[in-house]
Amino acid sequence: MSGTPKADSRPLSPHLQVWRFHATMLASITHRITGAGLYFGTLLITAWLVALASGPEAYTRVEMIAFSVPGQLILFMWAVAILYHFANGIRHLVWDGPGLGFSPKVASLISIFNYAFAIVGAAALMAAAALS
Amino acid sequence: MSKSPFVTPAKTTRGLGASKTGTSHHIRQRVSALALIVLVPWFLFSIMSAALGGYADAVAWIGSPLNATLLVLTAGAAFYHMRLGMQAVIEDYIGKTGTRAALLILNTFFAAGLFVAVVMSVIRVWAG
Repeated sequence: MSGTPKADSRPLSPHLQVWRFHATMLASITHRITGAGLYFGTLLITAWLVALASGPEAYTRVEMIAFSVPGQLILFMWAVAILYHFANGIRHLVWDGPGLGFSPKVASLISIFNYAFAIVGAAALMAAAALS
Repeated sequence: MSKSPFVTPAKTTRGLGASKTGTSHHIRQRVSALALIVLVPWFLFSIMSAALGGYADAVAWIGSPLNATLLVLTAGAAFYHMRLGMQAVIEDYIGKTGTRAALLILNTFFAAGLFVAVVMSVIRVWAG
């Protein structure tokens, strides 16, 4: 092998077990978890559209599931996931583009804001849907 | 790692990993994200009003050309974006070559299949 045994100085990808807990590391992990959740969540939205295209009977069946208690719980979790991934995704774009928000303090604050935005926003959406 | 002194380290890793597709993957992920910044808020508000009014309202919603266009755009950007994201997850966690390849293919089929299901549903509602 050529080269020195010392590893190069480029940053390594974050492996879960070597990170001390902090808000930004949790935000990064949550971004991936919500992304994976939304991946499978598209099955539900597609099912809604396919039922709509299939006619009133199929649509009523999907509506009954969506408005049931487990259905509402899943919709709430989906709303939290998409709002979180949306907010934290914008933060990633700001990191990649203008390169702002890297200081630990700001990064932590934005991480906490993203969690709050997702939970409060999803609750607001569910409340708006229930009241209309 | 090969024991032969004539095989360079580069030779043993060539063809593994991203193999020069990493940059385009990164850019595609972000360009689709930019599109979704506009499309996702529209989708959330739009689908909420469409889904709360029952079957007739939902059909009328898709019946609007603007809504149908934005819906297909949202589906296209979202399925493209999530396929790229899931590809990164699979490449990070699945080391075994065969399993990894199988999951990467499934990932593409999943995204493409759902996109076609969305488009066909819109067409079917339009054909009424």
